[in-house]
Formats: sequence, C-alpha cells, structure tokens
Amino acid sequence: MSYAPALPRTAAAGWRNLEHLFDGAFGAPLNPLKHLGALAFLMLWLLAGSGIVLYVMLDTSAQGAFRSIDEFSRERFGPGSLLRGLHRYAADAFVVLTLAHLVREWVLGRFNGFRRFSWLTGVPLIPLLFVCGIVGFWLNWDRLGQFSAVATAEWLDALPFLASPLARNFLGGAVSDRLFSLFVFVHLGVPLLLVFGLWFHIQRISRAAVFPPRALALGSTSALLALALAWPVHSQGPAELRSVPQALSLDWFLLFIHPLTEATSAGAVWAAVVATIGGLFALPWLHRRVRAPVAVVDPANCNGCRRCVEDCPYAAITLAPHPNGRHGVQLAVVDPQLCASCGICVGSCPSSTPFRGAAALVTGIDMPQWPIDALRRRLAAGLAAMPGVQPTVVFGCDCGARVETLAAPGVLPLTLPCTGMLPPAFVEYALRAGAGSVLVAGCRPGACEFRLGQRWTQQRLDGAREPRLRGSVDRARWASAWADAGDEPALQAALHSMRRQPGAADPCIPAQVHA
Amino acid sequence: MTRAMTWIGQVLLYGLFALIIGIFSTWPGYRPLAPGQAQVKVSFIHHGQRVAECRPYTAEELAKLAPNMRTPMKCQRERAPVTIEVDLDGATVYRHEAVPSGLSRDGASSVYQRLQVPAGQHRIAVRLRDKAGAGFNHTREATVTLKPAQVLVIDFDAEKGGITLS
Repeated sequence: MSYAPALPRTAAAGWRNLEHLFDGAFGAPLNPLKHLGALAFLMLWLLAGSGIVLYVMLDTSAQGAFRSIDEFSRERFGPGSLLRGLHRYAADAFVVLTLAHLVREWVLGRFNGFRRFSWLTGVPLIPLLFVCGIVGFWLNWDRLGQFSAVATAEWLDALPFLASPLARNFLGGAVSDRLFSLFVFVHLGVPLLLVFGLWFHIQRISRAAVFPPRALALGSTSALLALALAWPVHSQGPAELRSVPQALSLDWFLLFIHPLTEATSAGAVWAAVVATIGGLFALPWLHRRVRAPVAVVDPANCNGCRRCVEDCPYAAITLAPHPNGRHGVQLAVVDPQLCASCGICVGSCPSSTPFRGAAALVTGIDMPQWPIDALRRRLAAGLAAMPGVQPTVVFGCDCGARVETLAAPGVLPLTLPCTGMLPPAFVEYALRAGAGSVLVAGCRPGACEFRLGQRWTQQRLDGAREPRLRGSVDRARWASAWADAGDEPALQAALHSMRRQPGAADPCIPAQVHA
Repeated sequence: MTRAMTWIGQVLLYGLFALIIGIFSTWPGYRPLAPGQAQVKVSFIHHGQRVAECRPYTAEELAKLAPNMRTPMKCQRERAPVTIEVDLDGATVYRHEAVPSGLSRDGASSVYQRLQVPAGQHRIAVRLRDKAGAGFNHTREATVTLKPAQVLVIDFDAEKGGITLS
C-alpha cells in the first residue's frame, strides 16, 4: 500500500544496470556496490585506527593542537602525513558510502515491512556521522576548523531555545581550553554513539557484514592510501579569531552545510535537515509493503536441527523446547515480526526432501502460501504433461531473471519466491522423475533480494552446506545460473549451454526413470 | 571480459573513486568573505535594568512574609529589553531590541549579529539602552580602520565602561 508516489521502476533498473557494470570489473561476489554497508564499516574501522594514533599525537589544548598535528604530518611522504590523509579521506569515503548505501536500499525498495527496523535505526546514524566528521575539523584548529566551528555555532544559534549565542565563544583572540576539551569529547564520544547505533542497525540481520571481503578491503584501503600519498592533507594556517579566513580548501562532503547556510539562511537549512530526516523516517509508512504470510513450523516434522536458524537471513527463527516434552529436543519458533517470507528456511529443512513417501509432503517449516508440497506437485504435473521427452526443469526465483521466459517444448520452468527455498534434493528428484536436466536459477551473487538465498543455494548444490545435493548426482545433468531480472538472455544462454554439454540428456529421448 | 580487462576496470574504478574523494575534499575553494570586506560582529549578553525600581518593603508586607523570606528591598523580576543601534559612517546599519530571556523575562538579553563592511576607515557610532524609557543611556563613537577580513567585535561590558570595540 503506497501513500506517496513510488520511485519509478527505472530507478531500480538503473541501479541494477550500474551494478552489472561493476559486476563486469569486480565479479558479482566482489562488486563494491553490493557491499556498501560493509565498506562503510571498513571506513569506520580505518577512522578508529588512524584516529587513535592522531589522538595520541594531538596536543589537546587550543594553543597546541594546530602545532602538534602540523608537525606530525608535515613530512610529505612520512607516516604522519599518510595517516592524516587516510583519516580525512576515510571520513569522506564514509559519507559517500553511507549515502550510497541509503540510496541503494531506497531505490531497491528495501525500507519497509520486515526491513523497517533496519531503516529506522539507520536514519539517525546519518546526522551522527556528520557531527563526528564536522567536529573532527575543529580539532586541528586551523583556519578551516575555525570557519567550521564558527559557522556551526551560528547555525545552532538559529534554534530558539538557546539562552545565549554559542557563537560568542568565538569572539576575541582564542577559544578556551575548556571549550576545546568539549570539541575533543564530542569527536570521541559521538563515534561511540555511532557504533552503538550501528549495533542496533544490524540487530535484525544475521551474519551482518561488518567487514567487506578481503579483496575489497585491500582495494579500498589501498586507493585511500594512494590518495593520501598523492594528495596530502595540509593544515590551512592556525586559527585566528580576529580575522575571517579568506580562501579555504573546503571539504564539500562534510562541510557543504556551511556554504549552503550562507547562501540561504540558517532557518532554511534547519528546515531542510528536519524535512530530510523526517522524510526518511516516514518513508516506511508512506510506502507500505503488503505483508505476506510468514513461515509456519509443524512440530510433528521439526526436530530442532537448527539448520533453519543458521540459514535465516533475518534472525527470525529461534529454538525453544519441543512441545513433545522429550529431553533435549527443540522446536523452531518463527518471530512473525522478523520473518521476510522468503522461504529460505524451507530449503534448509531436511524434512523438505521430496523423496519422502507420504502422499502430501509436509515439512518441518513451510510457507503457507507456497507449500513445498505444491512445488512437488507442480513438478510432477509438469513432467507428466510432457510425455515422451526428458525436459529440462528450471527452478527459478521471482526476484531474479524470469524463468517463465524460457517456457518452450522440453523446458519446464518452476518459480519460487527465492531460489533459497529450493531443497537441493529436488534436483535429484526431478532427474529421477524424468527430467533430462535441471537448471537452478536465481539472482546474481550479492544481489539476492533476501541477502543469502543465492549463497546458500550455491553452497547446498556444491555440497558445502546442509542440506547438500548428493555428490552421486550426475554433474553433467544439472547446472546453476545466476541472473538478475532483465538478464533473461543470459539465462537462456545458460540453458542452451547446459543442454549442449556432453552427457546432458537429450530432451528428445523418452524418459527412462520415473519416481 | 578477460582477466586483464577486469584488472584494468578495477584499477580505473578504484582510481575514479579516489579521484572523486580527492577532488571534492578540497575543491572548489570557498571564500567566506568577499575580497576587500571586513566583518563587524555586534554581540553582547547583558541584563537590562529592572522595569520597576526596587523599593523597601512596608512593615505590613514584611509581616506577611515568612521570616526566612524577609529582605529589605522588594524588586520585581522583569527586566527591560536591551536595544542597540549601530551607525556606520552616519547611516544606521543595525538596530535590534533584545528581549530578556526566561519565562519571567528576568534573564539576560543577548545579541549576535554579523555585518559585512568594506575594509577601510569608518566612523562607527553605537547606542545602547538597557532601561525603560526612550533615550539611550550608553553611547560610543569611534573611528576605526578595518583591514580586509578583520573582525571588529562590538560588545558590552559594564566593568569595562560599557560599549567596547575590539
């Protein structure tokens, strides 16, 4: 349900196209656009590491701060200059990556429903990030820090409830050491608040990536170090409150708010800030997601094996004592508020194997709207409708490339809400039931709508994760193809490629084996 | 895409990222003040005088008060707003009436205002009223020479004789 105009689909498609461009250079699993949150975390760790050293070197008095940092970083290719550059550029990159992360989640519509908590806990981190960054400029107490501190004080003075102007602290020759200690306190304290807020932000995400893949971490850090070497950060002369800084090299990522205030008014910028933050907070309610039925546990078929707990991308499943009362036996419990209705838990459940003999396949955890029994029935009916041939069964994902486009004689497409819902035994089952080959399709690595569906499916098929596809299944008769929505030609190519493989069953040969 | 191409692509994209960060970390430059300009900051925190003069309690009034509340003088809390006018070279460039802070209007009145003026010699006249009535009870006139980018602070400090220019 939407109460505001939705972002056009072209925005999401445009972002996907950008991701695909980056996929070409980095490979889908290491695409930085799919690790923006983790990269932002990396910047925070770089800031913390470099900041600790800078703090050790900082003279925390108003008179000594400029000299201490200037002396520490004066040598162009010295470690001090490198560290200072890394600290500054990591702060800028932190802003860029955080805002890119926000835009990505917004454009892809990932801010409501079960994601509302993560969205709402992420929004306050943005002002905290800017507070940390802006106050950081003051600690150097050069002309840029002076300009930023005075401009910030004047901006805050526009608030109606301050008894006396904060900007008066910057009249006269120098600021007091007491005030300077407050700057230090804010620059150290607010990042701690930020980390605390980040902890909340990732609470409802299992296996949250607080560090990017090693290759990305190395690449990003190297890029910033190279930048710090090539373009060292310099102080802009000691602060002098008796004059206005003339020409400043402004950091537009963090300090854009000052020229904006000067060009408009403090009130206008306050209004813009409040409207932006308020709008971001309101977004989940402006675009409501129709809530799908959540996973349901069947105690008779659940033995508390933990696999669904391990695989749930949103930490929606916990274990509780089983109602059968047997000592040590547990039962999966789904938190409806956290469940994304992705069905990945169904794919992880060992009871979901289609080889079970019961007429109706009842598994330990299932999606009421897409029961696993229905998938088995659809598969059986589809194969039965193609007598005399060994068709290729394509299991696909509603969020990835549309497998329906592959429908043709000898091809049986079957869709799931997420490929992660597919128990890997279905591949073997389909082959035994008469399929000539099986293609498992889903979103590209890192692009899964439900975070981990593609990853878990690939690992299950490769035998690296429970439940595994048995190694005895002929490798020539099944394949996986990871393609996003819009990538249908790639999916088609994967299908043709698999069917041309030596050993792949010819769809025209009559089926030999039936379950 | 060949391996070499992917490496080149990665280097280019990392380079582009670093370039964007590097450029907008310092460029374009910003001038907070136009060339040839100076700044005058008019600012004070000052308690205006009480609206009504203090007077001795009458004997009846004192009798009604609790013993620990008995003081010789009765004073109303409300203070007068502080009004300031600044003339530059004969023209009034700033006039403001600062109301006392506090729900009972018994706190200090405060002002902070930036004025941009051309650098050079100026005749500045400042008038301040901190009591009820029409006339200004504090005045200061001076001729100042402001260098480009210089900040002149007009403040009020009763202990330093009233209006100060620094």
